[in-house]
Amino acid sequence: MAVKALYINNLTKTYGNGFKALKDISLAVDQGDFFALLGPNGAGKSTTIGIITSLVTKSSGQVSVFGTDLDSAPEIAKSHIGLVPQEFNFNGFEQVKHILITQAGYYGMPAKVAEPRADELLLQLGLWEKRHTPARALSGGMKRRLMIARALVHNPQLLILDEPTAGVDIELRRSMWTFLQEINEQGTTIILTTHYLEEAENLCRNIAIIDKGKIIENTDMKSLLNRLDKETFVLYLSDALKPNFELEDISYIQVDDTTLEVEINRDEGLNHLFSLLNQQNINVVSMKNKANRLEELFLSLVEKSEATL
Amino acid sequence: MSHQLSQRWVAFNTLLTREVRRFIRIWPQTLLPPAITMTLYFIIFGNLIGSRIGEMGGFSYMEYIAPGIIMMSVINNAYANVASSFYSAKFQSHIEELLVAPIPNSLILAGYVAGGTARGLCVGLIVTIVSLFFTSIEIQHLLITLSMVVLSAVMFALGGFINAIYARSFDEISIIPTFILTPMTYLGGVFYSISLLPEFWQNVSLLNPILYMVNAFRFGMLGVSDIAVEIAFAIILVCIVALTSFALYLLNKGTGIRN
Ligand SMILES: Nc1ncnc2c1ncn2[C@@H]1O[C@H](COP(=O)(O)OP(=O)(O)OP(=O)(O)O)[C@@H](O)[C@H]1O
Ligand SMILES: [Mg+2]
Repeated sequence: MAVKALYINNLTKTYGNGFKALKDISLAVDQGDFFALLGPNGAGKSTTIGIITSLVTKSSGQVSVFGTDLDSAPEIAKSHIGLVPQEFNFNGFEQVKHILITQAGYYGMPAKVAEPRADELLLQLGLWEKRHTPARALSGGMKRRLMIARALVHNPQLLILDEPTAGVDIELRRSMWTFLQEINEQGTTIILTTHYLEEAENLCRNIAIIDKGKIIENTDMKSLLNRLDKETFVLYLSDALKPNFELEDISYIQVDDTTLEVEINRDEGLNHLFSLLNQQNINVVSMKNKANRLEELFLSLVEKSEATL
Repeated sequence: MSHQLSQRWVAFNTLLTREVRRFIRIWPQTLLPPAITMTLYFIIFGNLIGSRIGEMGGFSYMEYIAPGIIMMSVINNAYANVASSFYSAKFQSHIEELLVAPIPNSLILAGYVAGGTARGLCVGLIVTIVSLFFTSIEIQHLLITLSMVVLSAVMFALGGFINAIYARSFDEISIIPTFILTPMTYLGGVFYSISLLPEFWQNVSLLNPILYMVNAFRFGMLGVSDIAVEIAFAIILVCIVALTSFALYLLNKGTGIRN
């Protein structure tokens, strides 16, 4: 079995004020994976990432990165990781390019090697024009991209992103997705936290859900989505519904004259619904999922875990 | 192994370069004020008052105070540089850039201390140049002069680092300079020879480490000193070892920087 990109065993964290943020977390991330770490606000995602990246001291447990234990050989373990933190954490007075070259230097990369690498990333992430600008004069989305460039400047094998797309516009978010998918295809293992579940569904192959410091789910995206036994669709109709229309055993809610919410069991599919609608000459203009599929699952899982507490 | 060594050398240089770039970028706050203040000292104490005082230790008063004023600006600036740079790295969280990187704590300390020492020496050079407008400077013992100024800068840079580790607000990095360092400097024989003091106060003065630095430095330049130079070196080396160990202990514990 190949070594794991990340291996976490029985990790706990109690903060100085006595708050137990992590209660015995174990996780493994394969090399080359695109892994989602999801959970509601305050679940412990950033705490976990902080421990992996040496920003937070753990209370107990083990972390190893590409087979290297973080305690016994911290420098080797750290050299594999690139971090995009949740909060901006660069020196606002430093110029964009200096920030990249300085960070590369901390990883032992001489300026001669770091410069072309920094230029490449500045171009890829659309920051070339701003390379001599002090970081505080960047827009929010640019700052996010600067943090991505900084995390990648030393060519890490494991990239960890803590909500990289928070506050980023749709177009930019999509281009970030493409960018991350590309570097993942080139072999970089990626761990991502996000509150946009659509993002996790599109990008990630494996997923862990953490709530109140515990892992409540850890599986691959496909089988998780397969577990969704019902889906709710919203149908938009061309004409007002007649009072006597009939959907047999399919459960539905009539939202207004021309809008229906229909709950479909996975094993039944949509054909039956549409043949019923056809028979009655009900014309569907468009339809959508009521909620993102992962979102529905996520909510039900988190609800369940709250109920057991 | 040598690969790791060369990586560390790059990391150290990067950190030092960043520190030097910082104090040069904000020169109106870092390099200009000591030049102005020390010019005033030379004009007021050296020229105006000094001419009434006459000789001290066999030199004109201006000549006598010049080494002390240079030393005072070196240690103040070495301290202030590390204190404010490391504190703002904590405050703006960009200390995290260092904490995630494969750098041992000793190297983080070395980088900041080297940066503070560089600022101290830079300001020392500026003040020395200023002093040349008022008096002539001869150096009797070059090696003693240089090593004393470098060691003093290192020692105070370490002090600034420890101050910044504990500081939780910008106020807390000015409390110690204002209430402890400045009085100790003024009482450390910058402006007078302790032989002018009553015996009791001479003995009290001997508890002040700055007295040893100023006098050893003055000995390097003028060849006169209130104390034995060997003792000055011994004291400063002991202080450096103690402060380094304490700073490393705090860094390893994560005080003020890691939750
Ligand atoms: N320095 C700290 N001291 C005390 N408690 C803390 C500290 N940092 C975080 N916590 C607590 O630990 C818990 C987990 O926080 P964490 O930042 O890991 O959550 P998160 O999953 O990243 O949330 P979000 O999605 O909002 O970013 C929260 O209840 C938080 O209040
Ligand atoms: Mg978080």
